[in-house]
Amino acid sequence: MSSNKQDVSTERNAQQPGLNASIETKAPIDVQGIVKRATELNDFGHLLEHVPYAKFIGMQVERFGDELIFKLPAKDDNIGNPVLPAIHGGVIAGFMEMSAIVQLMVFMQTAKVPKVVDFSIDYLRAGLHKDSFAECRITRQGRRVANVNIDCWQTNRKQLIATARAHFLID
Amino acid sequence: MKVNPEFFPLTQMAQRFVDQLAQCRRLGLAVLEASEHHVLIELPYSTELIGYPDTGVIHGGVITTLMDTACGSAVVSAIYQKYQSLEISPTLDLRVDYMKPAQPNKPVYGFAECYKLSSNIAFTRAIAYQDSIDDPIAHAVGSFMRISPEMVGDAFRQALMGEVVPAQGDSDELK
Repeated sequence: MSSNKQDVSTERNAQQPGLNASIETKAPIDVQGIVKRATELNDFGHLLEHVPYAKFIGMQVERFGDELIFKLPAKDDNIGNPVLPAIHGGVIAGFMEMSAIVQLMVFMQTAKVPKVVDFSIDYLRAGLHKDSFAECRITRQGRRVANVNIDCWQTNRKQLIATARAHFLID
Repeated sequence: MKVNPEFFPLTQMAQRFVDQLAQCRRLGLAVLEASEHHVLIELPYSTELIGYPDTGVIHGGVITTLMDTACGSAVVSAIYQKYQSLEISPTLDLRVDYMKPAQPNKPVYGFAECYKLSSNIAFTRAIAYQDSIDDPIAHAVGSFMRISPEMVGDAFRQALMGEVVPAQGDSDELK
């Protein structure tokens, strides 16, 4: 039984050469421990390192006092509309969704990574090929579900490029 | 899964549209079918897209990108078929409901339709699934703003037309 298990995990590793040991898919992740460590070090980028998709789009996070500001630096691979050029709407949505997940993990000390239930985004302006920023507001947190609002801007914080709201399942 | 790219003549045009979007090339999106009524896109699994490291499930943002692209391609295809013109429509809003996580190591399919094309707005809906469309991962609705065909650059128009000769038949000397 146990040797069988071993086989499966080596096979899995062989299939996924890009995966480094710290994010082995089968190992349960101690979310609270990671959040605690990130809070102690005051380095929340540490959280994003555990999520391959965050690296894929190249997002970052920084803490200013009690606030978390998320940053998506301009990246060629993130472009959708090549004419403008502008960031793909889906990348902006993914960036905002990941921001909300981190916000919940840090401020609500969730035991698991929150699961997205629904996500609704309004695009207000084209997201041009430059750095984007996001901030989140937890509107309400119930026992099982949290509602989060996310705003995203580029050069001027008052000129949002997108605003979104989402529900997450928390445990 | 049975698909019919030959039966749907807009498949190649839709694939060229998707290939113009850097993020979609990076994700490896493949258009399996496209018609005036629908678009079917395949998203291959990759460990780079994982959002939940303990399970290997891909990030919701990837599904959102798939839905946005599929709906956008459905709008391009619908407009092309109806008006014989190329427009790229920016997304106004998109809502995605996630019913269940996508299973790791399997592709995700996005099926989108443009169910209403008005003079200013295109209305779309989409479903993401793996084994069966009746067992969906996510549902989406999105609306897109229509902008005039002049806003599409010549280079982009050329790239979309590929080897298909457009109605005016003037693309050959430009190639």
